[in-house]
Amino acid sequence: MKKIRLATIWLDGCSGCHMSFLDIDERLIELSDRVELVFSPLVDAKEFPEDVDITLVEGALGTEEDLHKIRKIRERTKLLVAFGDCAVTANIPSMRNPFGRDEMLKSLYVETDALNPQVPAQSLPELLPRALPLHHYVHVDVFLPGCPPSANTIYQVLTELIEGRIPDVNTLTRFGA
Amino acid sequence: MMTPTATVKTFTIDGKPYSATEDETILDVARENGIDIPTLCHLEGILPTGQCRLCMVEIQGSGRLVPACATKPEEGMEIVTDNPRLRNYRKMIVELLFSERNHICAVCVSNGHCELQSVAQKLGVNHVRFAYLHPRFMLDGSHPKYEVDHNRCILCGRCVRVCEEIEGAHTRDLRNRGIRTMVITDFDTPWGESPTCTGCGKCVHVCPTGALAEKGKSVAEMAKRRHFLPYLALRRRGGK
Repeated sequence: MKKIRLATIWLDGCSGCHMSFLDIDERLIELSDRVELVFSPLVDAKEFPEDVDITLVEGALGTEEDLHKIRKIRERTKLLVAFGDCAVTANIPSMRNPFGRDEMLKSLYVETDALNPQVPAQSLPELLPRALPLHHYVHVDVFLPGCPPSANTIYQVLTELIEGRIPDVNTLTRFGA
Repeated sequence: MMTPTATVKTFTIDGKPYSATEDETILDVARENGIDIPTLCHLEGILPTGQCRLCMVEIQGSGRLVPACATKPEEGMEIVTDNPRLRNYRKMIVELLFSERNHICAVCVSNGHCELQSVAQKLGVNHVRFAYLHPRFMLDGSHPKYEVDHNRCILCGRCVRVCEEIEGAHTRDLRNRGIRTMVITDFDTPWGESPTCTGCGKCVHVCPTGALAEKGKSVAEMAKRRHFLPYLALRRRGGK
């Protein structure tokens, strides 16, 4: 049986969804019989590969770099999963949105830093005006809310997706779960 | 108790026959008979206002949608409580509520106890199709015991009604119209300075979300207690 090519990525989020993914525990071994993890913070691939079957995207889109990545991922992925509340709703990263990017940067790096007040400009990707959910920019196939989705939820959804079925996530998880 | 002038009306809900007395609403009859109609602004014990529009039902023949909480059935009415059109509108209402303010469940005092959150899950809202507005609101923490976070307010008006109808203080009201509507204290003064607020906390406990909360509660700690409401409402109506 051909293995499913699975990728996971962590954008504007806290990595909690990936932690919850690891909480699948020994079932990870069972999963590894069915999937090949081709790209992830958990493996060593540097470039997002072609022909990925399923990608779990954790985090909102907060920078130009995130946008660049999500567009490439969308091109190269059959089934894109918005993995957790940040990817689904922009969640915590969106808490900066009411204040605006420039006002936030000024408040954090200029007004509250007495020694070296400056907005970091070099070697950092530019912040988008607002942190937004994935589906604001690209088509999303499966929405998996939760902060984070529980290990059981992730396991059940993944096994269904591997079997080629789209699971009903509403019975498993919710915003803020 | 049947009064001499009481009339009973017969009608159908989802194809099955039901009857109601003069003062019963469609929602009353549905709930008595285990028919699930989602609601947010409705709360047993305070007057229905049909504000949230979640309980809209279809009346066969007219194609009209009416709020089940504020509509009394009429003789021969054919009421539909669930179909793709209604489901679509209900989802849309919940999504618009989420998009209008900053409901961030993960860091909310009412996470896990919130009616907006649970109704979203029940209706299958697992993402919001509309653009988030991300408005900017101030919090009012001027009251010694309670606080209000307008980011999580859905303008259901429960706090306004319970304060007026049950507590009799009418400290709360709404200002502005449409998307600019805000729940205010007295003439829009800080809550802590209100001369009319009795500090009873009824508004806090009828609030369906984390908009009104007790101070000192952290994420997911603010469960609401409403057991007082049916009793007080009964007393107010002069019941025994």
